[in-house]
Amino acid sequence: MTRSEFSVGMITEQQWAKINDLAISLQPDQALWISGYFAGLARGARAAAEGDRPAPLPAAAPVAAPALRSLTILYGSETGNSAALAHALAERAGAIGLTPTVSDMADYKSRRLKDEQDLVVITSTHGEGDPPQSAADFFEFLEGRKAPRLPELRYAVLALGDSTYERYCEGGKRIDRRLAELGATALHPRVDCDVDYDEPAAAWTAALIERLGKEAAASAASAAVPAAPGASPGVAPAASAYGKKNPFPAPVIDNLVLTGRGSSKQTRHVEFSLDGSGLAFEPGDALGIMPRNDPGLVEALLGTLALSADAPVTVKDRATTLGEALAADFEITATTPRFVEHWAELSGAAELRALAAPDAAAERAAFLKTHHVIDVVRRFPAAGIGAEALAAGLRPLQPRLYSIASSLAAAPDEVHLTVSTVRYTLHGEPRCGVASGHLAERAPPEAVLPVYVQANPHFRLAADDVPIIMIGAGTGVAPYRAFMQERDARGAEGRSWLFFGERNFRTDFLYQTEWQDLLKRGVLSRMNVAFSRDQAAKTYVQHRLIEHGREVWSWLQDGAHLYLCGDAERLAPDVRAALAAIIAEHGGLGPEAAEEHLRELQRDRRFHIDVY
Amino acid sequence: MTSVPTTDRSRDLSQPLDRLSPDEAMKADSDQLRGTIALGLRDEITGAVPGSDGKLMKFHGIYGQDDRDIRDERRRQKLEPLYTFMARVRLPGGVCSPAQWLKLDALARAHGGNTIRLTTRQTFQYHRVSKQDLPLLIQGLGEVMLDTKAACGDDLRGVMCGVNPQLSAVHAETYAIAKTVSDTCVPRTGAYRDIWYGEERSAATSEPEEPFYGRTYLPRKFKIGFAIPPSNDIDVYTQDLGFIAIASRGKLKGFNVAIGGGMGRTDQAPTTYPRLADVIGFITPEHVLATAQAVMGVQRDYGDRADRAHARFKYTVDDKGVDWIKAEIEARLGFRLAPAKPYSFTSNGDPLGWVRGEDGREHYTLFVENGRVIDRDSYPLMDGLRAIAQVHNGNFRPTPNQNVIIADVAPEDRPRIEALLAEYGLAGHGEGSGLRWNAMACVALPTCGLAMAESERYLPSLVDKIEAMLGALGLRDEPITIRMTGCPNGCARPYVAEIGLTGRAPGKYNLYLGGGFHGQRLNKMLLENVGEPAILATLEPIFAHYARDRAKGERFGDFAIRAGYVAEVKEGRAFND
Repeated sequence: MTRSEFSVGMITEQQWAKINDLAISLQPDQALWISGYFAGLARGARAAAEGDRPAPLPAAAPVAAPALRSLTILYGSETGNSAALAHALAERAGAIGLTPTVSDMADYKSRRLKDEQDLVVITSTHGEGDPPQSAADFFEFLEGRKAPRLPELRYAVLALGDSTYERYCEGGKRIDRRLAELGATALHPRVDCDVDYDEPAAAWTAALIERLGKEAAASAASAAVPAAPGASPGVAPAASAYGKKNPFPAPVIDNLVLTGRGSSKQTRHVEFSLDGSGLAFEPGDALGIMPRNDPGLVEALLGTLALSADAPVTVKDRATTLGEALAADFEITATTPRFVEHWAELSGAAELRALAAPDAAAERAAFLKTHHVIDVVRRFPAAGIGAEALAAGLRPLQPRLYSIASSLAAAPDEVHLTVSTVRYTLHGEPRCGVASGHLAERAPPEAVLPVYVQANPHFRLAADDVPIIMIGAGTGVAPYRAFMQERDARGAEGRSWLFFGERNFRTDFLYQTEWQDLLKRGVLSRMNVAFSRDQAAKTYVQHRLIEHGREVWSWLQDGAHLYLCGDAERLAPDVRAALAAIIAEHGGLGPEAAEEHLRELQRDRRFHIDVY
Repeated sequence: MTSVPTTDRSRDLSQPLDRLSPDEAMKADSDQLRGTIALGLRDEITGAVPGSDGKLMKFHGIYGQDDRDIRDERRRQKLEPLYTFMARVRLPGGVCSPAQWLKLDALARAHGGNTIRLTTRQTFQYHRVSKQDLPLLIQGLGEVMLDTKAACGDDLRGVMCGVNPQLSAVHAETYAIAKTVSDTCVPRTGAYRDIWYGEERSAATSEPEEPFYGRTYLPRKFKIGFAIPPSNDIDVYTQDLGFIAIASRGKLKGFNVAIGGGMGRTDQAPTTYPRLADVIGFITPEHVLATAQAVMGVQRDYGDRADRAHARFKYTVDDKGVDWIKAEIEARLGFRLAPAKPYSFTSNGDPLGWVRGEDGREHYTLFVENGRVIDRDSYPLMDGLRAIAQVHNGNFRPTPNQNVIIADVAPEDRPRIEALLAEYGLAGHGEGSGLRWNAMACVALPTCGLAMAESERYLPSLVDKIEAMLGALGLRDEPITIRMTGCPNGCARPYVAEIGLTGRAPGKYNLYLGGGFHGQRLNKMLLENVGEPAILATLEPIFAHYARDRAKGERFGDFAIRAGYVAEVKEGRAFND
């Protein structure tokens, strides 16, 4: 260990000499004890300096209570994966005698950061390198000028991402970079996980636990360190045998097109039976669906590569056939950078090689957008490719998440989805979304699809008496159907106001007759709609919000919760801007204060966002 | 006719609202046709208007409809029915300028699904107009001095005027009178301006908004038409109030007055029946407006407001007696009607193609099958008429037979019009049989809420089959009137057709024969509630018989009676006998 590993200017030469002397003479367990001792010392000193409380240096304490470092596990989660991993890690840490604090970044008080000792961060990445919505404040604090220096901090980062995006795992990378900048020490190297994160995440968890476990074992005492305040609520009890790893085969009950004839798009309503699954969910949760690829595409891929569907392959130590693997185990539509690299090797195509180069990010991104797997293999033939060689370049087929559009209170043992069928043309061929295509083409009543429930704790229906304003466009209206069904079933008295946007009134007013009925019965108090293509000037939900700004403000004053669901790229920023404008105008605030007010609503969990 | 000794006032305007039909209270409470229409238009959640506003909107010429073809499909899709509106233009006397035509065309392309329907009452209808587009449509019409006032509702409907292109001077004079009657006698309420033009409501004055109509308007619709003999194209006997122009040497002398016509009836309700108007006297042109107001006044005051199925003026005339009604009209006019002048009609159809008027101007009657102006792949009718309107210096006259006259063409301009007719392939279209020229159908499915069977979409194919029969019998060029409606209400005036068909159920019709060729006689039901095979099987031997045995110049309707296929109907009350 050299002084340079500490941040510059923290420790004098003289101090360093003493430390070094001591370090050489210490046994590992002694070293750990001493590190705890100094940490306790530092905490007391800081608290005293901030005047929180008188700081009687607990002289005996460090001696009596062995110095286990505090462990905080922070997660930034959009779909709940990070949260689940964080809780799993906490459980493992508990098993080796640690008492970690698990916290959602959304709830984490940033000023506690300077007091952390060991910090583990698990975060996903959203869109093009952004943090999850709920983690925006934490990122802003950490990356901002107010972030404290963290020389005493040790940390580890697990980054979740999707390699089809150019800025892969950027959220985790940002945390890692910044913590290092602030002087913290990596406890364990960061690991970036693609959509099939299970194995790398498990390996990372195991390694981290092993590292912490050694220290813990080395620690003289296993006596309790008082848990930090605001301890984790823990993992919800598993009510069902079915989950992401073991999805429930759910039969389709109904599958119909909601959009009327002449519509410019197709949106479907799909109902599954959960009868016998034990699966439960709350309004706002999502359903994961395990789709199968289009058999036509599987055939085309096999045909292009002159491979047999019966060729044996191994997928995660399981023997199967190539045809089945391509249908059920691998993504065979969107291309990944890894596949480009892989195929460049197999085909030897110079153009692909060039695209795989580290400095070709922009070209690669453009190429990935316009080339599915089938397009790559057609354009860059690789003669004599074997089944295993093909499979090696593909990544596992991922489940697709859809906001649940029903409430168990209204439709027990059922789960309803609102699914937009993704269709487009690429290289003169019609293409279809994997799951939406499966649901549109091959999921008639009685067909069975594997499903599981994905909790969405950031999008929870407010208490029965709390007014809610729901803003959604397109399939973003799905959770509001669940909300209204729930409130209807519960006889909830709170007011509700729905803003809904789509393209055309005549064809795209999703669930129109249901809203009409809810309005008539007063379950839904108000509804305003914006159909962008019904008039020359495009009108969107944010315009309706502004139109009714005075009342929106008055609802907020009455404690209303805001919900926003739908498109992340355009809807979310536009609605945010509209809400800020309303708060500014009717709350008499400047633009920055209005924006801060909005952030505060978000921190207070009164502004819930679920965008995709 | 006998007059009733004491006048029964138990069902008319003299009664309190609670003893009358609910529609009377609805009208009375509507704040002169305002209701909550303006509010309903702003309701974003439905394409319809709530409650009684739909009924009130009829007075504004607007009819709520929905696409019945896809009603059930949409219900399953959790979508409300595809509500749209029919908006009927008020075009008194059926004359419009090229500038108006161009605007009507543009509005159809913007708001009316790229089609205009020529109606059986010489005006234009838009279908499939969305609620949010309605004000735009009506404001657009306003830009060319057109409106939709009273095109439906319990008021004076669109006033018709024979198109008779040959008698230019008489037509011009009659048309001007027809327009004055319409402009004067439609509702005056400011509701129309408030709602559709978004104008501020005028401050209340001591003047009532509706000095003639009051709060409850008329008991039912009221139709006026002006015929110019020898053409009875407007079917003057089917009007509540008809005026028959009497001219001498090309100069208008006055009008015979006919009262109490009307088509509507209800199946299985023998107390309802179509009725032809009675000619009750003659008036000079300056008395037309006063006469119209007097007749409407009698109906307003004495018409049945307790039962809407018995509220048309024809029933008032039959209930009170023609003589009593005539006396009441004369009392209101302050003079006695002169005896009716002789006149004669020859046809209620349109002569197609070019005719030259007495003033040397040229007129081209263009056949428009069932009045549907639309561009079809092989027949760009709407584009062609727009091209003509762009160069035409005269006017357009939609005819009561759903055709359109490109009227008042200077002889030197005729080649230009002919060239456009040829360019768009419009000339000579519909030169089919005499039957097709004289065929008429209402809109019916999918938009009309009253329709029980197809009409506009079906009649052409039925005519194809009958045409083939007629052709085989050498009757192809024989003009025979055939009219079809999707319900018994009679928009296409089926009960005066030589062959009448009224819808009963999908694919099922009543078949009537024996109507007068120039609209002078009601027909009689021959078959009830039958399908196409029965209709064709019944008609074929009758046509064969007609081809074999008809007297020279004998019309098919007359023959059907002489040959005993149906009995002659001498008055409306005998229609159901």
